[in-house]
Amino acid sequence: MHYTFKIERGNFTDAGQASSSVKRTLKQLGVDPANIKRTVVALFEAEINAVAHAYGGTIDVDIDGEKIVMVVADEGPGIPNLDLAMQEGWSTASPQVREMGYGAGMGLPNIKKNTDELKIDTKVGVGTTVTMTVKLA
Amino acid sequence: MKIRELAQLVDGELTGAPVDEFYEVEKAFASDLMSDVLRFSMDQTVLITGLCNNQTLRTCEMADIKVILMGRDKQPDEDMIELAIDSDITIIKSKYSIFKLSGILYGAGIKPLY
Repeated sequence: MHYTFKIERGNFTDAGQASSSVKRTLKQLGVDPANIKRTVVALFEAEINAVAHAYGGTIDVDIDGEKIVMVVADEGPGIPNLDLAMQEGWSTASPQVREMGYGAGMGLPNIKKNTDELKIDTKVGVGTTVTMTVKLA
Repeated sequence: MKIRELAQLVDGELTGAPVDEFYEVEKAFASDLMSDVLRFSMDQTVLITGLCNNQTLRTCEMADIKVILMGRDKQPDEDMIELAIDSDITIIKSKYSIFKLSGILYGAGIKPLY
């Protein structure tokens, strides 16, 4: 099964809709609750990151019997120092993002914690693609 | 502790999704920082917060939090209430501060998350 969603820059009203939709689908498919939880937490973190930092993007989710692969691809500023971004507490979030309750620098580390595979391709001034895999077996 | 009992303890008003009369609240986590809420396992946990926006609800949806105790007299708008109903999340509104709410719940035997 394949699902695609759009990400709009700074749209915190609708941010989380994709993750919510994926959660409902996984529930309907009878996926184990622990796997649903880590899938949607990782996807939600990536979705919020893209809404907060990028100029727009897409989310692609592929589900089969063995794994869930989620690709969050954005056009945006990119991540200048990925090692720093993976450290807990490091953040470049704006005051607006912090007012929404985010921007604590926990996003990428939390994605890593909740997924089996994480790949981040980023280019400054171009954008970032985050590929996350959760294995179901 | 049942949700209605918790609401009574904090002079709270119930809104959002209908109360699950069988749901037991065992633990509480107090935070306005949703980034932190997403880091922990939240089974049978009430979120005590003063952050009143759609992202509070979205975060709780992802974290499997079924009950939010909204302090400091924050008033969720209609969109938030609709989203809460849609996400099966019950909101307890209270005029008390986060510190007072935390103290009341701790005194009543609700456990900290850690």
